[in-house]
Formats: sequence, structure tokens, C-alpha cells
Amino acid sequence: MLQAMVREFTDAEIRPVAAQIDEEEKIPDGLIKKIGELGLLGTSFPEKYGGGGFGGVGYCLAQEEITRACNSTAAFIGAHQSIGANAIYIGGSEELKMKYLPALCAGEKIAAFALTEAEAGSDAFNLKTEAKLTNGKWILNGEKIWITNAGIADLFSVFARTDKGITGFVVEKDFGGISIGPKEKKMGIKGSVTNTISFDNVEVPEENIIGREGRGFIVAMKTLEAGRLGIGAASLGAAKEMLELSAKYAAQRKQFNQFISNFQAIQFMLAEMSTNIYAMESILYRAAEKYDNGEDISTDAAIVKLFCSEAVTKVTDHALQIHGGMGFSRELPLERYYRDARILRIFEGTTEIQKMIIGKKAVKQKGKWKV
Amino acid sequence: MKIVVCVSHVPDTATKIVVGSDNKTIDANGVTYVLNPYDEIAVEEALKTKEAQGGDVVVVSVGPDNNKESIRKALAMGADSGVLLKDDNYRDSVGVAKALAEEIKAQDAQIVFFGKQSVDYDNSIVGQLTAEMLGYNCVSVAVDLKLDGEKITAEREIEGGREVIETSLPAVITCQKGLNEPRYAALKGIMAAKRKTIEEKDAAVSENSVEILEMKKPAPKEPGKIVGTDSSAVPELVRLLKEEAKVI
Ligand SMILES: Cc1cc2nc3c(=O)[nH]c(=O)nc-3n(C[C@H](O)[C@H](O)[C@H](O)COP(=O)(O)OP(=O)(O)OC[C@H]3O[C@@H](n4cnc5c(N)ncnc54)[C@H](O)[C@@H]3O)c2cc1C
Ligand SMILES: Cc1cc2nc3c(=O)[nH]c(=O)nc-3n(C[C@H](O)[C@H](O)[C@H](O)COP(=O)(O)OP(=O)(O)OC[C@H]3O[C@@H](n4cnc5c(N)ncnc54)[C@H](O)[C@@H]3O)c2cc1C
Repeated sequence: MLQAMVREFTDAEIRPVAAQIDEEEKIPDGLIKKIGELGLLGTSFPEKYGGGGFGGVGYCLAQEEITRACNSTAAFIGAHQSIGANAIYIGGSEELKMKYLPALCAGEKIAAFALTEAEAGSDAFNLKTEAKLTNGKWILNGEKIWITNAGIADLFSVFARTDKGITGFVVEKDFGGISIGPKEKKMGIKGSVTNTISFDNVEVPEENIIGREGRGFIVAMKTLEAGRLGIGAASLGAAKEMLELSAKYAAQRKQFNQFISNFQAIQFMLAEMSTNIYAMESILYRAAEKYDNGEDISTDAAIVKLFCSEAVTKVTDHALQIHGGMGFSRELPLERYYRDARILRIFEGTTEIQKMIIGKKAVKQKGKWKV
Repeated sequence: MKIVVCVSHVPDTATKIVVGSDNKTIDANGVTYVLNPYDEIAVEEALKTKEAQGGDVVVVSVGPDNNKESIRKALAMGADSGVLLKDDNYRDSVGVAKALAEEIKAQDAQIVFFGKQSVDYDNSIVGQLTAEMLGYNCVSVAVDLKLDGEKITAEREIEGGREVIETSLPAVITCQKGLNEPRYAALKGIMAAKRKTIEEKDAAVSENSVEILEMKKPAPKEPGKIVGTDSSAVPELVRLLKEEAKVI
């Protein structure tokens, strides 16, 4: 029922404005409000925190449906829920969760996840932002870049260096000393805002620490594992949409006196798209179930992220090709999906970083297959 | 106040219908069933009535086990409980109305909402039949509804206009598009619906007075005719519209 509802909502409220979101580089405020009211900003979290109680599987089903229409909207929801709020859920104390999650689940507050810095992209451990405990307050200084939702967020899960290592904090926009940079100009997911954030002697209450001091890097990595499943779901949703649009187009476009769907060349592209979708769907929900069972998914999530994000860029390429010149035109949405898909191989750990995680595990296990 | 909404579980209007091998039923294979779209409007109106006046919204459906999916959807939108009046066989409109009337009587509901028609058999009659059996007032094809104590002021859609009528509770209202904008089931509602109960009982026995003899698809549309592509075709087009199509 969840999936049917999200589909109904997406078809009626998101799909009609998806091209506008891309062109105007903004998700309408009214749409964000509706998404919050429906509960789509807290799908995965337990009901006691105001969430939907649908776990990782439910979250992925919802993201899949939303990305069928609009990757920008899915990226907004993902940065808010599966990393921004999830860092608090995964790493925070019960008090911290009760303090922030209900408002985040209800969409009264929007979250962002702030890890990346100029010198710390793939090498996130190299981050330089620092926090010092002085008179019962953490004083935060530094700069984060490429932060999804920063421009519209009310609070940030920020990772900074403290005496004991990397530590996570919940930082509210109104704590003072925070400035947000202009919107980045991007190739795709243009409706999802990305900005820099700088912290100039920001005072953070002591209790806003996420978990224990020095445990922040582990929290960030665990959070990103959940995020990577979301990227899998976004990839899958876009791929399914591409298959449907392409098969329909091929069955009505005539060249050489016949429908191009008769050509084996077209059928082979549809076959590769279908096969990728089957594999994506299978590995994604296998991993999502493990996540909901509380199992370790570090390798699984990397495999899902790697495979699905690579697959969707091939699928969008095939879809565009099947549409010929019309695929390249902005009258049809193919080029938007093509541009939007590209980020999926970069954020929340590039393709290469996923391979490092998977490869290291293979070496460590001496190639014995076990996930 | 007890509010009842009667719902049917119908093939999604987007699915392709295939007539079954018996030529009397549709082939359910691969058909997705949904809450009848007009009934969504009825559920919304019931919920709005509850929000304004207080009360309990009970969703009632006659049919096989699968109808529970549509009852659940109504529960996810916010209805309080459901009743499935079980019957696995075809039942004509009178039979459906009989079963519903009996349940509504047992529930002692003062206001009952229906969709103005069910998009499967399209008889547009179950609400009115039920009202008659119960001796309730009936407003059919309602596009506006105001409830003030016992008094009902409603607008009905009629050929070429609207009719404003006044009546009173207890009443049956059949709902038309435009009456309201049905809400989406929120995630909280979907979760809550899993915990709400759907009571099951056998539908009141009824003899069908209507028998389906045959079901067939309409003949495929004749392909259109292109008379020409420039203004020289206009006289011929006018002649055809006058003499063949007889529309001008
Ligand atoms: C639109 C967008 C939204 C983003 N949203 C967020 C957000 O919300 N929060 C957040 O914290 N961050 C966010 N990011 C940052 C994102 O996670 C980083 O861009 C990403 O991790 C890559 O880091 P980088 O851009 O510094 O690339 P680099 O790390 O400089 O990588 C450049 C290239 O080198 C490769 N490379 C790097 N190290 C190795 C290695 N050891 N072995 C092999 N190859 C290597 C990479 O794979 C890549 O191909 C976002 C980025 C973008 C573009
Ligand atoms: C930006 C742009 C600039 C252009 N500029 C010019 C120009 O200056 N002058 C000009 O004349 N044209 C121009 N074109 C048209 C361009 O050459 C055609 O778009 C191109 O030849 C493909 O034709 P189509 O778009 O009709 O696609 P279609 O022919 O409909 O092809 C759709 C898909 O079917 C495949 N397909 C078609 N037939 C077969 C077959 N027999 N077997 C297997 N696969 C098949 C195609 O490879 C493609 O994947 C331009 C197009 C664009 C987008």
C-alpha cells in the first residue's frame, strides 16, 4: 500500500512539475510541505520518533517511486532523511533522537548531512573543521562544501575534529555564526540545492553531540551505508522509468516502414535495461532487508551503490539512444534523467571508493564469498 | 454520530479488460483492483463529516476477501473500522443493497456515503436502493453538502446545471467528482490501518433478480477518415458531416 500511495502521490504532485523543478532549480515550497505532511520525510524511522515505521525497505520503495518522476526531489528527501536525520538516529542518544527526530519526520524541520570539505572528499577522514569544548559549549569552526539541502535546512549533522578524534554534532541554523554559500551550478539534480556552509565560532550546546566523542567517523560511515541503499533505490526508480518510456516510444516510432521495436538492435538495448533492472532490484532489497534486520551491510551497501549507480547511467544512455534525436531534445525528459543519473556515481562515496571497500573485504576474506 | 461509507473494489480504469472464458465475467488475471474512485470521494466526505461533527467512520464492502484491500485503503485515509460482508459470487445491485442495508441498520448509522457509481458495472443505483430499503432520505450525485444538525443542504448535478435541495438525516449521499478532493493516505495512516480491525461476516442472503447472460467488448472503433489536408477538402468534409455523420 505504501508503494501504491507514493506512486499515486508522485504521479499527481511531482511528475507534473519535474521539468519545472529542473528548469527553475527549485522544488516548490508547497511540494516540500506536502511531502512532509504525508510522512515521506520519516518513512524509515520507528513510529515512536514520529516516523512511518517502514524501515529501510519502505524507504527504498518510496525513493524508487519518487525517482521515477524526479531525481532532484529524491535527492532532497535522501539528504534529509537517509543521511541528515539518520546520523542522529544511528548515532545519537535517546534524548537527542527525541529532541530532533519528531520535527524532522514531520517535515517541520529540514536536515542536511555535512561531512565533505575542500580537502576531504573521498578522503573524508582528512576533515579539518574543529570543535572545542569551552565552558560547557562546543565551539565550532571550519567550512563544509557540497552540502545537499544546506540552503533550505534548519539543522545539520556536522562532523568535526575534537581532541578525541572525529565527532558528530547537531547544529541548528540559528545557533549564530553560520553562513551558507550560494547555490552550486550543477549538471543534474538541479532542483536539489547544494551549498557550502561555514562555521565561525558557532556555539553548540554540549548535549548536541551525536553519540560519544571520537566516534563520529564510525557514525558517518554507518549513516552513509544507509544512504547508499537510497542511491540504489533512486537508480532503480529512474531505470524502470527509462525502460517504460523507451519500450513505449519504440512501439510507436516507425523507421524503414516499421516500428523500431521490431529491430533487434532496439530489443537488445531493452534487454540490457531489463536485465540491469532485475539485478538492481534483487541486490537492493536483499541488502535493505539485512539493514532492517540490523545486520552489518558495509560491503552490501557498497555493492548496491556501485552496481546500481553504474547500471542506471548505462540505462539512461540506452533510453536516450532509443529515442534518437528526440532523446536529445529538452521536449522529452530523457536528457534530464541522463544528466540527473550522473551524480549517483559520485556522491555518498564515488564508484572508486565503493570498489575500495569491496576489494579490501575480498582480500581480507581471501576471496571466500561471504556477505 | 455513526457514519458509514460503502465502498467497492474495482478494476483499475487503466487496466486492459479481457472477457473470461465463460463470456460472463472478466478475466481477473493481471487486473489490478483499486478502491472505486467515486468511493474515495465518499470516504473523504465521511472523514470531513467526522472532523466537523465527531463520530466514527465505518467502511463497509460486499464481496470476496480481496475487497479488504480497498477497505484498508479507506482505513489508511482515516476511517475507524471496517466490515466485510462476504460473498464470493456475483450479486446484483439489489443484493448488494440488501446486504448493506442490513449492516447499516445494525450499525444504526445516521449518514451513509456512497460513490455515485461503481466503475465496474456502472449501474449507479446501489446508494439509492439502499436508501429506499432503509427508508432514509437520499441525495444522489452530490457536488456540495452542508450538514447543520439534522438538516442537510446539498447541491446535485443535473443535466445542464445544479439543483439545490434540502432534506434531513438519516440520509444516504452518493458522491460525485467536485464534492471534495480526496486526501492521500499518509504514512502514519497506512501504518495505523494495519492495526485497525476489519470485521468479517456473511452478506445477507439474496436471490439475484438480474442474470448476466453475456459480456463482450465493444466493437473496435472504425479508423478515422482523412478527407484531405488543405482547404479544398472543406466542402467534402461538410457534406460528410451532414449526410453521413448527420451531426450538422
Ligand atoms: C551534488 C552533490 C551533492 C553532495 N552532497 C553532499 C552532502 O550532502 N554531504 C556531504 O558531506 N557531501 C556531499 N557531497 C560531496 C560528495 O560526497 C563528494 O563529492 C564525493 O565524496 C567525492 O569527493 P570529491 O568531490 O572531493 O572528489 P575527490 O575525492 O577529489 O575524487 C576525485 C576522483 O578521484 C578518485 N579517488 C579519490 N581517492 C581515490 C583513491 N584512494 N583511489 C582511487 N580513486 C580515488 C575519486 O573516485 C574521483 O574519481 C556532494 C557532492 C555533490 C556533487
Ligand atoms: C541536435 C541535433 C542536430 C541535428 N542536426 C541535423 C542537421 O543539421 N541536418 C539533418 O538533416 N539532420 C539533423 N539532425 C537529425 C539527426 O541526424 C537524426 O536525429 C538522427 O539521424 C536520428 O534520427 P531520428 O532522431 O529520427 O531517430 P530514429 O531514426 O527514430 O532512431 C531511433 C532509434 O532507432 C534506431 N534505429 C533506427 N532504425 C534502425 C534500424 N534499421 N536498425 C536498428 N536500429 C535502428 C536508431 O539507431 C535510434 O536508436 C539533428 C539531430 C539533432 C538531435
